[in-house]
Amino acid sequence: MGASAPSRSMLLLRIVAGVALAVVALILPFTNNPENNQIFSQVLYLAIAAMGLNLLTGFNGQVSIGHGAFFGLGAFTTAKLMTDQGMSFELTIAIAAVLAAVLGVLVGFPALRVKGSYLALITLGLSVLFPIVTKRFIKGPGGVPFLQPKRSDFDSLITGLDRDQYAYFVCLLLLVALFAAAWSLVHSRAGRAMIAVRDQEIAASTVGVNVARVKVATFALSAAYAGVAGSLSVMVDGGADASNVLLYFQKSIEFLIAVVIGGTATISGPLLGAALLTFIRRRTSETEAMAPALLGAALIAVVFVLPDGIVGGLRRLVARVRPMVDHDPEGDATPDAATPSPTPSPS
Amino acid sequence: MDLFLDQLANGVSNGVIYAAVALSLVIIYRTTGLLNFAQGEMALFSACITWWLTERGLGVWFALLISVALAFVGGALLERLLIRPVMRTKNPLNVVIVTLGLFLGVNALAALIFIKPGAEAPIMPELFPDEIVLGPLHADGPMLGLGLLLAATCLVLWALLQKTKLGLALRGVASNADSAALVGIKPGQMLMIGWGLSAALGAIAGTAAASTASNGAFDTSLMQQVLVYAFAAAALGGFDSLLGAVVGGLVVGIANSLTVQYVHALEGIELVLPFGLILAVLLVRPNGLFGRNIVERV
Repeated sequence: MGASAPSRSMLLLRIVAGVALAVVALILPFTNNPENNQIFSQVLYLAIAAMGLNLLTGFNGQVSIGHGAFFGLGAFTTAKLMTDQGMSFELTIAIAAVLAAVLGVLVGFPALRVKGSYLALITLGLSVLFPIVTKRFIKGPGGVPFLQPKRSDFDSLITGLDRDQYAYFVCLLLLVALFAAAWSLVHSRAGRAMIAVRDQEIAASTVGVNVARVKVATFALSAAYAGVAGSLSVMVDGGADASNVLLYFQKSIEFLIAVVIGGTATISGPLLGAALLTFIRRRTSETEAMAPALLGAALIAVVFVLPDGIVGGLRRLVARVRPMVDHDPEGDATPDAATPSPTPSPS
Repeated sequence: MDLFLDQLANGVSNGVIYAAVALSLVIIYRTTGLLNFAQGEMALFSACITWWLTERGLGVWFALLISVALAFVGGALLERLLIRPVMRTKNPLNVVIVTLGLFLGVNALAALIFIKPGAEAPIMPELFPDEIVLGPLHADGPMLGLGLLLAATCLVLWALLQKTKLGLALRGVASNADSAALVGIKPGQMLMIGWGLSAALGAIAGTAAASTASNGAFDTSLMQQVLVYAFAAAALGGFDSLLGAVVGGLVVGIANSLTVQYVHALEGIELVLPFGLILAVLLVRPNGLFGRNIVERV
């Protein structure tokens, strides 16, 4: 577990927050219009992709600006299988995840040779190349690389739910499952190996961690998360699009931003970051021409105000408030809790 | 044969621009170990300033000179105000987010101030005549001119870095900031100068790119593709080598224009080439063609 065992009041706080969040998440789609539900679903799939990137970049230390390509592969896999083969949407998610993982392995092997900025560059190439190559080989109606399955193919499988509500719940279900999987992964032996490779690669190899295997496997898993997110985006946004050359590069950047402003190497960070990013973008887009300038400025401001992300900021807040409410003498009073360290500490 | 030479000239002029942007990336990488995603947009902004000055009746070369000076100051200020406070934080990704924020913000500012949507596209006057005639020799103007411009820039840069005290201090900070500080160099100042130099180079690259774009008309997407090629060039040459950046830029530029002409299988997907090149080079030599190996301690 983390650096300090949570005291009873902390545990209570967490449980209350978790239950409140769950209730809100379940009620949300019934109290909002389809337009808002679409935005909520976008936050959810963005968070899934960001969690994938977080596993790779946050917990394993490999920076990728190429996750847009895995996302795009997932989206086009789903769209293609649905339009050409008439496959059901739910089935294509699994296939998209597998294909993205395969591409992840293919990228993960050459990535073993390079580090840091160079890796960022190679993966940058991946996300820039993806729409260009797709444009060449995928021709939708009218010759543009845009595939749009029939709206009715996304009809709710559960009676009583509208299409937008169903989409929201599919995204929510996958988000919960994938975040739980990520949580248990980073608290397992394999997760500790990932973190050890991030912190001290050579030292990790001397204690018997197979560095190459850990890195490639993390790449594949992380790519699969992005592939699932891409697959979901077809349902939420109605199609897979590669007509804009820089689209998947922008997606990659969005994932990275969501991870960093949420809190690198934390479990809740990607979700919070995705929500904040979507919120900022909605707010700034009302200003039309000023939007990108404000978005850019807002990002810089977030990094200045919250250098360790939203989760880090919350932890500092809790650490400051806790001594005032926490009278439990058994509770750990280590001043250490005030310095935010990346969760689960490797030692 | 003429076609081949035309494509070669075209490749060299593009390559020069890639090389200049790659050089500016390398300068920042060497001083701060950072990939500056905003480099292309900073160059675009400088190009806009050059254009704005020429619209006010200044000669294009004089305008370029002023824009280079402004870019130097702007780059230094960016380092001091936005980059340095974030470099101090623990998460190295924060500064990447700042450069990405700049990427979005500077581009949008250029659009707001200079390139208004709906208005006529700004047109950069040509830096060089179409054809340069030297006795019996005819040469493609932009190619020769840009080549000379790059050569002159490199010479100045080389002299600055290798022959002056300032250059020694800059290199000292790049190789070991703590030791440099112990012998009395102010690393902060050197970082500001490094960013200033890089932005100034960007101003030259941006203006050159605008003047060679289709008849000088340019828009806010001017530098985006260039940046991708420049990254390829810098990776090809090794991110910490100035020579590598120049060679890489020329190789990418020439290879690209020859692929466009001759390799029809890659029609529409020419960008595959620079990344294929990067991948191939990095797999054989992870630190690029001219990069140094870095030995790591545990």
